[in-house]
Amino acid sequence: MANTTPSLAPVRAQEASEAGALAATLLTRHDKILIVLMVGVPLTLDLLLIWGPTLASVVLSFTNWDGIGSVTGENFVGFKNYQFMLTGYTLFWPAFTHNLIWLAWLTFIATPLGMFLAVLLDREMRGTRIYQSVFFLPVVLSLVVVGFIWELQYTPTEGFINNAFGLVKSGKLIDWLGNPRINLFAVLVAASWRHIGYIMILYLAGLKSVDPSLREAARVDGATEVQTFFNVVLPVMAPINVIIVVVTAIEALRAFDIAFIINQGKNGLELLSILITNNSISEASLVGFGSAIAVILLVISLGPIILFLSRTMRTTA
Amino acid sequence: MGDSRDAKRVRNRLALPYLDAELPLNLDLSRRDILKIAGYGSLAAFIAACGGSPTTTTSLTAKGGAMSLGSYNTDPNSKKGTQAIVDAFTAANGGTKVKLNTVDHGTFQNQISSYLQGTPEDAFTWFSGHRMRFFADKGLATPIDDVWDAVKSNYTEGFAASIKGNDGHAYAIPTDYYPWAVFYRKDVWAQHSYTVPTTWDAFKALCAQMKKDGLTPIAFADKDGWPAQGTFDILNLRLNGYDFHTELLTGKQKWTDPRVTAVYKKWSEITQYYSQAFAGLTWEQGADQLLRKTAGMYLLGLFVSDEFKASGSQADLDQLDFFPFPDMGTQYDAEKALDAPIDVYMLTKKSPTLAANRAQANAFLEFVAKGSTQVLYWQNAPGSIPTATDADTSQYPALTKKAVQIVSNAKRITQYFDRDSRPDYSGPNGMQGFLLKFLANPGQDTTSLQGQMQSFWDSLAPE
Repeated sequence: MANTTPSLAPVRAQEASEAGALAATLLTRHDKILIVLMVGVPLTLDLLLIWGPTLASVVLSFTNWDGIGSVTGENFVGFKNYQFMLTGYTLFWPAFTHNLIWLAWLTFIATPLGMFLAVLLDREMRGTRIYQSVFFLPVVLSLVVVGFIWELQYTPTEGFINNAFGLVKSGKLIDWLGNPRINLFAVLVAASWRHIGYIMILYLAGLKSVDPSLREAARVDGATEVQTFFNVVLPVMAPINVIIVVVTAIEALRAFDIAFIINQGKNGLELLSILITNNSISEASLVGFGSAIAVILLVISLGPIILFLSRTMRTTA
Repeated sequence: MGDSRDAKRVRNRLALPYLDAELPLNLDLSRRDILKIAGYGSLAAFIAACGGSPTTTTSLTAKGGAMSLGSYNTDPNSKKGTQAIVDAFTAANGGTKVKLNTVDHGTFQNQISSYLQGTPEDAFTWFSGHRMRFFADKGLATPIDDVWDAVKSNYTEGFAASIKGNDGHAYAIPTDYYPWAVFYRKDVWAQHSYTVPTTWDAFKALCAQMKKDGLTPIAFADKDGWPAQGTFDILNLRLNGYDFHTELLTGKQKWTDPRVTAVYKKWSEITQYYSQAFAGLTWEQGADQLLRKTAGMYLLGLFVSDEFKASGSQADLDQLDFFPFPDMGTQYDAEKALDAPIDVYMLTKKSPTLAANRAQANAFLEFVAKGSTQVLYWQNAPGSIPTATDADTSQYPALTKKAVQIVSNAKRITQYFDRDSRPDYSGPNGMQGFLLKFLANPGQDTTSLQGQMQSFWDSLAPE
């Protein structure tokens, strides 16, 4: 007995390694082909559709290519695009600032509102299903539709808002979409209208998965509602919270549709994504310069993406 | 102008321009199609290789067969007009089948580079001016000197000049145009007994009077960015002349020039008479101000009449009249220059079927160069005046006749800012944004703004 115990460990190790070897040899030709296919196909698609264009953008950002003909050595202009973008291009910094304002607005106003609604709806009040559908409805709509709906609200002479407040009659029109000092916020209200519902649903799903016994325990211990939420529910919801943060950051960085629908992103509505479009996809065809802006946006986006990935990797591990 | 106009109209009517967009590229070729095309290609090559025998001399045009046409005419009126032309062509040309690919106006414009480099249709709708010459220079359009020689007797010199590329070859057939002028309602003017101002001072006095009478003197709507360019064009033409204007728009003059400063200075004298909240209004909403008698005047293209027609009241349309922009007291008043953008048909270069269909495509170009064809189009889209000399003008209403008149009086015709300049400069990134900046504070010292305009120009890659 005494001498059998120590010998168990090497035996187990041997068994394990044998099992490993066995597993490897057990893979038939068919299995191997299957694995190659299952890993290879997504990998190829990923390389082809994501890494290919990304690297192409990076390369193109060093050229002055106009989208016509092929890229030749003469097209390469070094860092000229970046240099101009950061120093001479009057729209870059406004667009950058607008993206930051967008991010701040979503982070401090829209996302907390969505979370707040989720907490309210989680309390099983009467008609909660109806409220859910009402708040979630804008999420189902395409942003193009959202843009159009809000354009109808904001139009100076015929829009709902100016008419409802009697500004048309009194002749003191507020130019919600044309005044560069306020149009960004008008658009942010429209974007939030949709964003709030999105966050609400995500958060509500998370809240539903919180073990009710935790709350009961907190209540028994005499914690208030607010204390329970901040000290018990919020920590339990950590994974969801990260997703919410990342979703908010990504929404802010890819902000595009509404501003583009309203005036193609000029006159106070400049955004990085719109500058990329206006430069490289439009008739202007400044593909090289547009790519340089895209690379900057990519670099900025890497932050939340890395945060998101490291977080999900850790939770699955 | 009209380029973005149709796109905007569609947006207003259908509300969802991007959902409505059709595929810009026709990629639905089956393998058999491709083989067929390849077959035609090699057949053509074979025939060419056998060349030299007198029997293979090809005639300029051919009946029957097939061809394809890419069109950006998506506005309901112009779409109907295009279809009418195509049907009439098929009937007149021995049953030539025309494959019509209609693409949303804005999408077509934005995708034009990739469209022309991919597998475009044989012929396509486009604009004259710098935007035509640009693609001709890039080798993406086919010169059509042979067709032009056959039809040029049907055109005045101004039109002939408008379709020449930088290399001197003809690249397009002009089919319609529309002038820009100051529009007003006759009944409103009669009620207040206003008279047409011919000088700048009279124009400003009239504005002041209209303001006193409770009207918005000048309807102005610049949400889309391009309408303001019309005012820049006409002021620059009047103050500094055609040559300076075209040189400025093509980079041969500087935006920091004191002559440009003068334009902004003059412009700032009338901005106080503009519609309230104009930076949030579309051109249609501006037109409605004129239609509903709340505004006294509106500087726009003849397409403003479409909005009057869309109101459904012929009585309103009958009240619409216009006058050429007033003189500014410079030597350039005599040029009577104005914006009158011309729409054209062109041949692509990379169409896989063009080699086989060239004779049919030529026949189509000759067909659209006819006055009768253009009148057919005009009947559907009355904002577009035929260009051919033999067009039957007898059915023109007074408004159209007058439009023809002021264009033929003009010694110099420009195409509109965004057709005369490079698209990257005139777009939302460039001049549209700069002009909105100017209009937000017209009294400002424009030195730094002009500096920005110039440095933006300097930053653009050489064309």
